[in-house]
Amino acid sequence: MSENSSNNAYWSANKRIIMISLVIWALVSFGFGILLRPMLSGIAVGGTDLGFWFAQQGSIIVFLGIIFFYAWRMNRLDREHGVEEE
Amino acid sequence: MDQFTINMLFVGGSFALYIGIAIWARAGSTSEFYAAGRGVHPVTNGMATAADWMSAASFISMAGLIAFTGYDNSSFLMGWTGGYVLLALLLAPYLRKFGKFTVSEFIGDRFYSQTARIVAVVCLIVASTTYVIGQMTGVGVAFGRFLEVDNTTGLLIGACVVFAYAVFGGMKGVTYTQVAQYVVLITAYTIPAVFISLQLTGNPIPGLGLFGNDAASGVPLLTKLDQIVTELGFAAYTAHHADTLNMVLFTLSLMIGTAGLPHVIMRFFTVPKVSDARWSAGWALVFIALLYITAPAVGAMARLNITEMMWPNGGIKGGAVTVEQIQNDPKYDWMHTWQKTGLLSWEDKNGDGKIQYYNDKNADLQATASEKGWSGNELTKFNRDILVLANPEIANLPSWVIGLIAAGGLAAALSTAAGLLLAISSAVSHDLIKGALKPSISEKGELFSARVAMAIAIMVATYLGLNPPGFAAQTVALAFGLAAASIFPALMMGIFSTRINNTGAVAGMLAGLVVTLLYIFLHKGWFFIPGTASFSDADPLLGTVKSTSFGAIGAVVNFVVAYVVAGITKETPQAIKDLVESVRIPRGAGAAQDH
Repeated sequence: MSENSSNNAYWSANKRIIMISLVIWALVSFGFGILLRPMLSGIAVGGTDLGFWFAQQGSIIVFLGIIFFYAWRMNRLDREHGVEEE
Repeated sequence: MDQFTINMLFVGGSFALYIGIAIWARAGSTSEFYAAGRGVHPVTNGMATAADWMSAASFISMAGLIAFTGYDNSSFLMGWTGGYVLLALLLAPYLRKFGKFTVSEFIGDRFYSQTARIVAVVCLIVASTTYVIGQMTGVGVAFGRFLEVDNTTGLLIGACVVFAYAVFGGMKGVTYTQVAQYVVLITAYTIPAVFISLQLTGNPIPGLGLFGNDAASGVPLLTKLDQIVTELGFAAYTAHHADTLNMVLFTLSLMIGTAGLPHVIMRFFTVPKVSDARWSAGWALVFIALLYITAPAVGAMARLNITEMMWPNGGIKGGAVTVEQIQNDPKYDWMHTWQKTGLLSWEDKNGDGKIQYYNDKNADLQATASEKGWSGNELTKFNRDILVLANPEIANLPSWVIGLIAAGGLAAALSTAAGLLLAISSAVSHDLIKGALKPSISEKGELFSARVAMAIAIMVATYLGLNPPGFAAQTVALAFGLAAASIFPALMMGIFSTRINNTGAVAGMLAGLVVTLLYIFLHKGWFFIPGTASFSDADPLLGTVKSTSFGAIGAVVNFVVAYVVAGITKETPQAIKDLVESVRIPRGAGAAQDH
């Protein structure tokens, strides 16, 4: 029973981290890169605007950050909940 | 030494290297054939995944599509990298914990149904075969150029090489070969880009040069590019012209598709631990990003170079390039070499001895055109897929750089084609024959049927590759739509919901696959046979949604159908719920089990 509730807490924590990561994922690509680009048009970056930069480079850099953050955070979460691999 | 000999040396040399490695690490047993004995380090695995993943579409085709469209094709960049986030967060660690060899094995076990497994195999074969068609298009372009033959001959020769190559070994041979291929392809992609970026902006890093200043005029490179292309009546490079809804759906489709492609997912079965599967996805994206950050720079700079080459005297005012100049000036030699492939052509329509390159569909330019006596765009054909391979020639780079890019393009196309053929063959032999039709088959018989499946797949792909439904990257985008609509939702629901049962999953996958395939066939022709399409992507059936973007909608259909059907049929058994619980936690992940 105790193992089960600990597993449930682990799974909810995991889902929360996934949610936050995916919000950022969508914000930089669909948001800054496409839908919110007009709002960022005032910020000039090398001959164009910030939205163009996010669409062609920025989002990729943020994606990398998200994946490495998730790997690091989850490996810590595994240990906190005692479910890491032996 | 002439260019042809140099190309042969580079291509031959790199091939000798791959084959050498394949012989050195030849697959012995079935488990090695599929999953390389799980001894692969996350960084090595990341590099091999990157080579496996970055195909003719990324290497040969993508920068060309960006170059001629600009911002609107950013979808390729975001879509094909953003999918790794989904893969790392939603699938990779759990599939590794599950510990089987193939994607359809997971679907079959999780949905406790042989039917689910077979449906998954069918989805996988449809998506992978479409993907291979795109690769064959790229292979045709690359072989056509470096053997200096027409596109069709290049394609047929390429198909033989791909087949010989894929039959050679399984995943183990492929893993180390792919590390070598990654090194070849990234070097080949980066070196010309660095040269060109230095020429144009003085910055050796192409990704930074793109946002830097044009060295000749001092204005930002992208501002200058916007100016010169709009003067010729083309859409401004950095501006957003595309339909926003279609752009969002297309990007989403590519992202979900990336996370649903079996040959990429299979890679994460080969890492030793669950925590390694998480890191592996990150490393794969690091190696992919090296190319993807350079690609938009390659596109923009090539567009600038080409436009200036066609208008060498400072835009419309100075006059177009003369036919004589194209004939005699060595700077224009690349146009003759590419003309031989049939993928580039020009014609002096108005007979003024000059080749005017402009957008003859732009009404605003009609006045200028009739005043100057132009009769339409005279650069009559510029196939998008040749841009990256022609790029070093256009920029007048040394001949060894040109040889290098030929080797790189072939490495990209070959590594992916081999990975896909492996995924198809394991689906047929391991999942379909051993898993369902004839479980008693011997290991030898299984390997044999794997190779027969490869041969059939490559024949179909070559046949359809002769009349491809689009440029390499566009055909590949269709494959992603199919994977997005069928495989990804089933995998995700299998992990994140205990609610979805066998019937729900099967109904969902079938609905997603069928509706997407139907939409694609209606726009691209039945089974991609030319002339059988009822609609075109210029005026699609559903509002502005093109067939390349439909995968995202297909995925939604899959989710909805699965939930509805699961809601009205028998609940998932407790044993399966326990299985899902165990997949969710890393503890207890042993080595993979065969049945």
